Amino acid sequence: MKRSHWSIPYAVFLAIFVALPLVLIMVYALQDGQGHFTLANITRFFSDSDALGTFAVSLEIAIENTLICILLGYPAAWILANRELNRSAVTIVLFILPMWINALMRTLATAELFNILGVQLGKGTLLFGMVYDYLPFMIYPIYNVLVKMDKSYQEAAQDLGATPWKVFWKITVPLSMPGVTSGVLMVFMPTVSTFAISEFLTNNKIKLFGTIIQENINASMWNYGAALAFFMLIIIGVTTMFNGNNKEAEGALI
Amino acid sequence: MAGDRIIDLQHVSKRFGDKTVLEDINLYIRKGEFITLLGPSGCGKTTTLRLIAGFLAPDEGEILLDGKDISAIPPYKRPFNTVFQRYALFPHLDVYDNIAFGLKLQKVPTDEIDRRVRRVLKMVSMTDYEERDVDSLSGGQQQRVAIARALVNQPKILLLDEPLAALDLKMRKDMQIELKEMHRELGITFIYVTHDQEEALTLSDTIVVMNEGKIQQIGTPTDIYNEPVNSFVADFIGESNILNATMVRDRLVSFIGHDFPCVDEGFGEGVPVDVVVRPEDIYFTTNPARCQFRAKVNSCTFKGVHYEMYVDTDNGFELMIQDYDPYEVGSEVMLYIEPDDIQVMHKERTCNTFEGKMVDATHVELLGGTFECLPQEGLSAGDAVTAEVDFDKVDLLDHQEEGVLAGEVHFLLYKGDHYHLTILTEDGDHLWVDTDDIWDKGDLVGVDIAPKDLKITRRNEA
Amino acid sequence: MKKLISQIYLWILLILLYAPLVFIAIFSFTESKVLGDWAGFSTKLYENLFTGRMQGSASLISAVENTLLIAVVSAAVSMALGTVAAIGIHNLSGRKRRALTFLNNIPMINPDVITGVSLFLLFIFLHFSQGYLTVILSHISFGTPYVVLSVLPKLQQMNPNIYEAALDLGATPAQALRKVLVPQLRPGMISGFILAFTMSLDDFAVTFFTRGTIGLETLSTYIYADARKGGLTPELRPLMTLIFLMILVLLLVINLRQSRLQKANE
Repeated sequence: MKRSHWSIPYAVFLAIFVALPLVLIMVYALQDGQGHFTLANITRFFSDSDALGTFAVSLEIAIENTLICILLGYPAAWILANRELNRSAVTIVLFILPMWINALMRTLATAELFNILGVQLGKGTLLFGMVYDYLPFMIYPIYNVLVKMDKSYQEAAQDLGATPWKVFWKITVPLSMPGVTSGVLMVFMPTVSTFAISEFLTNNKIKLFGTIIQENINASMWNYGAALAFFMLIIIGVTTMFNGNNKEAEGALI
Repeated sequence: MAGDRIIDLQHVSKRFGDKTVLEDINLYIRKGEFITLLGPSGCGKTTTLRLIAGFLAPDEGEILLDGKDISAIPPYKRPFNTVFQRYALFPHLDVYDNIAFGLKLQKVPTDEIDRRVRRVLKMVSMTDYEERDVDSLSGGQQQRVAIARALVNQPKILLLDEPLAALDLKMRKDMQIELKEMHRELGITFIYVTHDQEEALTLSDTIVVMNEGKIQQIGTPTDIYNEPVNSFVADFIGESNILNATMVRDRLVSFIGHDFPCVDEGFGEGVPVDVVVRPEDIYFTTNPARCQFRAKVNSCTFKGVHYEMYVDTDNGFELMIQDYDPYEVGSEVMLYIEPDDIQVMHKERTCNTFEGKMVDATHVELLGGTFECLPQEGLSAGDAVTAEVDFDKVDLLDHQEEGVLAGEVHFLLYKGDHYHLTILTEDGDHLWVDTDDIWDKGDLVGVDIAPKDLKITRRNEA
Repeated sequence: MKKLISQIYLWILLILLYAPLVFIAIFSFTESKVLGDWAGFSTKLYENLFTGRMQGSASLISAVENTLLIAVVSAAVSMALGTVAAIGIHNLSGRKRRALTFLNNIPMINPDVITGVSLFLLFIFLHFSQGYLTVILSHISFGTPYVVLSVLPKLQQMNPNIYEAALDLGATPAQALRKVLVPQLRPGMISGFILAFTMSLDDFAVTFFTRGTIGLETLSTYIYADARKGGLTPELRPLMTLIFLMILVLLLVINLRQSRLQKANE
């Protein structure tokens, strides 16, 4: 028996549990309650100013969150990966640890802390909570890429006359892009689509896109909910294709 | 002479943690020469190169460029360029941009960059490759781009760190010829690092042989080949027969049970020495008058250019001989060696000498272990002593736990009728052992010494 | 100097990252119902947690049990399925391999809401009643890709001939798998299991959408419901603190073992 045939059970599993569900989203999105083909859900979305507004807000928060995570996370990853500045394996563990603690738990803890400190829940706390939740997911892949990077590139650049500053911007940053991309992937889309976090951290004052998907499904408005999900899928598809076949980005995860 | 020197290393030492990687290195490099740092891995040659390049700073000593100390100058300000062992071509830039990298940093005008890049690409025979991605290139091509990237900046010195190590044999030989050509054309100083002695002999004007952080010998290829100063250099360069010998008197040396006229003087009389004879310098004869010793042919292998034969001499020594003609296995042959071809070298040591301390009347602490010895009169616990052990009186055991010390076989030297091993103990000390047993480099051994073989004398601590 | 600034930067970030958790940990040692009120030092909440006599609803313990059960089962199945799949994929090439790899990566790229909704629709479509089985199946579907991704590199590093060598010496494919492949792949399998296990423990959205209406709660859904009700079950504080400490110790141990192994190999 050929060993490549060992992939067949999984192929079947993927077909049923990954491919089919996504197809179903598309199917439901394009049907009405009676199972007839219709574009009504889609047109409804584009004319619903609430939904569009929520989407815009979600995008805005996601972009801000991602940018802040990069701004705060890249230096942190760089320091952690630099043996001269950090020799402690424990520090690295401390930065990775939050990723493994239940996200809801962490968000709730943050919300409670804000309560005690008397900070008003709103956009600021939401953004803080998002960064708080997602920062480790940005730091880890960048750290991974930086730590595995061949030091001889930096040495070669220095040898050719580049000062440490130039080495960083012309060599280290470009070569660390797969890690940054990985981080962005793990932060951007999830931010757009979470719902629990925004509920807790804004007392439901700000709704994110994930929230309205959830509300619709819960209210048995499956078709409209599926249409919203379908819309998100398209965006994910576009951004993934934009990235191309990023094998290095996967490597950055593990 | 002093104005001739471009680089001068004076009393340079370098340590990594508690390991001394370079010890008191003194070396000068002449402008325009092709000098090679040659030695086994771990000998310190790459460290020396990196010190010159500026990626490391010396713990002691000075590095002078044209007479001025540059130890504190960072690598991006030194007028040298390096060709790295694994090329280190920037994967996110194409060939052109890789080469232009240094020039762009210097803000050279675009048209001049273009001119120089194309010219250097032509020199390494890589024209038309400007737009290619570096990971689409073969090893040899990447190598040339790396060389081009370094040379385009017109450095005063080109540093090469085992640049051909990753190439296959034919490609390596072709590149060696090209490098030599480039050196001739450009006229700049090349500092080359390799562990391949053939490569060093082919390329260099001067060779610096290094081992364990110390310079063993500096000389031209012919000097190093024909007149190695010690058994390490003799063994490292080319094939050789290295044997224990006794200098009978000036110009007469005795080894393998016979006396041979030689050309060396000044070693003294009756002094133990080491002798090197290259395999190609032992000649066959059918004339009994010329015969200096007899032997029986053990094996004969065709090597393409010559035949390689192993013979057992009349006194029980094994020698390697290279000759253009084969001799039948089992046949008795008559051999001689010209006086010129016998290289006499000082022995670095005649027995093991260690510093130790008495634990009690019958035990001494040496090399991190406690050995039993014969009762020593006049010595008590705590006294500082010197212990001597002959090479053939050290016992090596198969299992580390069986011995007083644990060690590893670090280096093997065949001496014609026995092996002369260098053992590295757990604590990092060296121990030399003569044995008939066949060991391999890297074998783990236990070390023991019979009490009667330890010669202990009081050491006067100054 | 550079080192000092770097360390300060890191520590500021760490303080911000851990402030909420430390806050919860501190208040796990007091009995007050409202978080933030210090009612004197007490370990009562810890006692309640372990004896099951809760001030809040008693279903916290069962939620924790469910969470662990689902995580262990789904991660175990993921490990088996993913390892076999990785071996298969490793031996594929070209279009088939790209297609499978693409499908494999989808659950990792997709936000959990999408995965949850899509699986929800799947179970509706298949007329599966939602409960334990559907949740476990869903967790397997997003856990297995991590196993595949952990095992594939080990396959690539492994000598390709050892499987054939085993067959040559008389082993059946199943024996070769067990005696030769699995020992080589074990590190990848274990890290894959740990990843799948963690993803399952951490999951909220997928469980939320696929658990149906039988009242199945995992820790995440319990917390969600709890927070919506306005109060935070006090016993959650010691629970969170304990989980935090356990993971901290676990990660430290793993890391110390890894660095000690590395030093030994040098």
